[in-house]
Amino acid sequence: VCIHRVRSCSSIRFIKSKYVCVFDKSALKFSHQQRLFRTSAVSCGQIVQFKLSDIGEGITEVTVKEWYIKEGDSVSQFDSICEVQSDKASVTITSRYDGVIRKLHYSIDDIAFVGKPLVDIEIDASKGVSAAEDVVETPPMSHEEHTHQEIKGHKTLATPAVRRLAMENNIKLSEVVGTGKDNRILKEDILNYLAKQTGAILPPSPKAEIVPPLRKPEAVPAAPKDKAHKIPVPVSRPIAFSGKDKTEPVTGFQKAMVKTMSAALKIPHFGYSDEIDLTQLVRLREELKPLAEIRGVKLSFMPFFIKAASLGLLQYPILNASLDENCQNVTYKASHNIGVAMDTEQGLIVPNVKNVQVCSVFDIAVELNRLQSLGSAGQLGTSDLTGGTFTLSNIGTIGGTYAKPVILPPEVAIGALGKIQVLPRFNDKGEVFKAQIMNVSWSADHRIIDGATMARFSNLWKSYLENPALMLLDLK
Amino acid sequence: MVLQSFKNCLWLSCVLRTPKACFWSTASGGFVIQSVSNDVYQNLAVEDWIHDHMDLEKQQVLFLWRNSPAVVIGRHQNPWQECNLRLLRQKNIKLARRRSGGGTVYHDLGNINLTFFTTRKKYERMENLKLVVKALKALRPQLDVHVTDRYDILLNGQYKISGTAAKLGRTSAYHHCTLLCNADKFVLSAVLKSPNIGLKSNATPSVPAMVKNLFEEDPSLTSEMLLDAVVKEYAVQHQIDHRIISINPADETLLPGISNKAKELQTWEWVYGKTPKFSISTCLNMAYKDSVLDIKVNMDVKHGRIEVCNIDLPEQWLPSGLYSELVKSLTGSKFCPNETTALVTTLLRMCPQDNELHSRWSLLCENIIRLM
Repeated sequence: VCIHRVRSCSSIRFIKSKYVCVFDKSALKFSHQQRLFRTSAVSCGQIVQFKLSDIGEGITEVTVKEWYIKEGDSVSQFDSICEVQSDKASVTITSRYDGVIRKLHYSIDDIAFVGKPLVDIEIDASKGVSAAEDVVETPPMSHEEHTHQEIKGHKTLATPAVRRLAMENNIKLSEVVGTGKDNRILKEDILNYLAKQTGAILPPSPKAEIVPPLRKPEAVPAAPKDKAHKIPVPVSRPIAFSGKDKTEPVTGFQKAMVKTMSAALKIPHFGYSDEIDLTQLVRLREELKPLAEIRGVKLSFMPFFIKAASLGLLQYPILNASLDENCQNVTYKASHNIGVAMDTEQGLIVPNVKNVQVCSVFDIAVELNRLQSLGSAGQLGTSDLTGGTFTLSNIGTIGGTYAKPVILPPEVAIGALGKIQVLPRFNDKGEVFKAQIMNVSWSADHRIIDGATMARFSNLWKSYLENPALMLLDLK
Repeated sequence: MVLQSFKNCLWLSCVLRTPKACFWSTASGGFVIQSVSNDVYQNLAVEDWIHDHMDLEKQQVLFLWRNSPAVVIGRHQNPWQECNLRLLRQKNIKLARRRSGGGTVYHDLGNINLTFFTTRKKYERMENLKLVVKALKALRPQLDVHVTDRYDILLNGQYKISGTAAKLGRTSAYHHCTLLCNADKFVLSAVLKSPNIGLKSNATPSVPAMVKNLFEEDPSLTSEMLLDAVVKEYAVQHQIDHRIISINPADETLLPGISNKAKELQTWEWVYGKTPKFSISTCLNMAYKDSVLDIKVNMDVKHGRIEVCNIDLPEQWLPSGLYSELVKSLTGSKFCPNETTALVTTLLRMCPQDNELHSRWSLLCENIIRLM
């Protein structure tokens, strides 16, 4: 059914169509006042063909590039319908009507013609179609201007309740800044706007313009006519939560992690935790930090932790091993490729420092710097991310004390380092002193590693860090 | 002339917030603003903000901006088709997708961008470009510059010094164009050349053109001089003060909601995910041990994610379970080297510890990642 728009016509036009329903007096009266042309009753929606309006510059055809809606979607006036392109200009086409999309006349990449139908919209029978105008012309300031002013050209920016409030207070929605999701205008924004209006004078005082929109409305002035708003300072926002659950498929890296973690938890884990006094190491690092900086390298604690772990692994090589699929063979890895858990945009990734057993603390620091900058740029390569034999996770940089790390297959052990806290401890003389304490939580594969081995390794690692001079003795 | 007085900031904030700026007689006709930022995302966000929030009935706006090295693709373009993404990443050149149509351009500080904001009715690209040409000729009368019917500005009849794009909304519109003053032409041509991966798509292709810097034609010209000339001409034509107001795109008070706009422009979903559907069909030549393998790869990518993935491996080159795991994991995953690297290295953890297997896997995956 094709309906031609009629401009401000007081006569009612009858439509010959299959969709004419029972003639309802109330609908007739309504449409007469609004100078409409529809006659169908409340129960029937009317299909209107929304034509592609003039783009300007004499352009007659455009290419449809993206649809923002699909058949069956509800749209409001000024919602975005699609994006079309013509000769380097991208145009957002917005809906003129409230209703439901019934038909899209074009597919993506089709050529659309100006003046020809773009979509069919079924208009709500109860609402009228106001004065028909070309979308290009600036609509006259009217009743609609208050309720339907559009700002972004995307989905509707205010709920009907908010629009009504704006209208009652003679506020143009385009002048109100929305603070809700997608710049949605909330009731608070209208109230804030009102609050500022009564205070604003011309020329405006500096404070009035520069104060940012307040999150919670302060005193509400007398302006709002709505009785409910006479109560000042709403303590809690009305519970109008319009959030919806969002379901997304698990893809890509996340999907791979699901597999890995599921397999990891099949490994029988046991945990072992301890407390390390890093007071001496802190002092040592303070000394060495500027020297490393002169060489252009940032020195954190990790290079020390990593090197100490490698020295420990030399004594307890079973922690640097791998168990095959059928648990038939244990492979003792020659290289200590120690992984460092990194938090990136992707999620948790674990690049590793290769051959720590032949690296100095400084070498490790250099390599860590390289891995960290690649990690933050999202440019780690496959070789950086494969071949790890043992992992340390410095979760303490974010927070936490004790943790329960999960072993990353095909490894057999992992350590999680908590944050360094300044705590009171007793020294040999029984005096209380300020100690730099860090907690470590190890997890190991109980199929081939026993508690005693883990404990001894941890004690050795701990001794190297509590007394860095000891590391010097055993350095290779 | 750049004035940064408090009064101007104040005046600007009033103008931007309360469209009824007819109280300010200096504001009639229009005004000129210049961004203090060289961040392409922030500057594009300013364009979005003005387009969405300003009432341009009573005044028009000219926005001047320059960016640190960046490649800017049009709304409906395909970044894999338009530029060398590996080179961009290596050189730390940003990639941005603007909201206007048109083709791909390279920005650096030697290029100036001009955006003309008007109501939709007053949208007139030819007039704007003629204004720019008039300004250039006023500055250097001997310059041979003219506007083509493709909305380019040509120097000496053959070198492109300006490209154009536009965005139309319901009530307002903007037309922006570049102007090559002293950009790095070598980097420009290197980054705008994409490697051939057998890409097929309906995305808007760019039309390559020979370019030249105005500086090469007349070494006495600087970006500042060109900007000033354009502003002068704009001021004359709109009967406004020859004055440029500085605008800070990070100022959330002046431009509420702008940081969200800038953030959105940087999301992967916008930059890559908005790419129209495309397919790649190519052959990987992998040297393995003593032989060279030809592996056919076909992928369909929609919204930046791999919809369909076919890798033609010789039989049993990889255990079939592992191969199907790879294909299954790639399907639905982002067509992104970073994501894919993380994905394949994680999957490798589940494989038997076999050096031969690991090296084959790494070789294959690295070649696939190189396509992205």
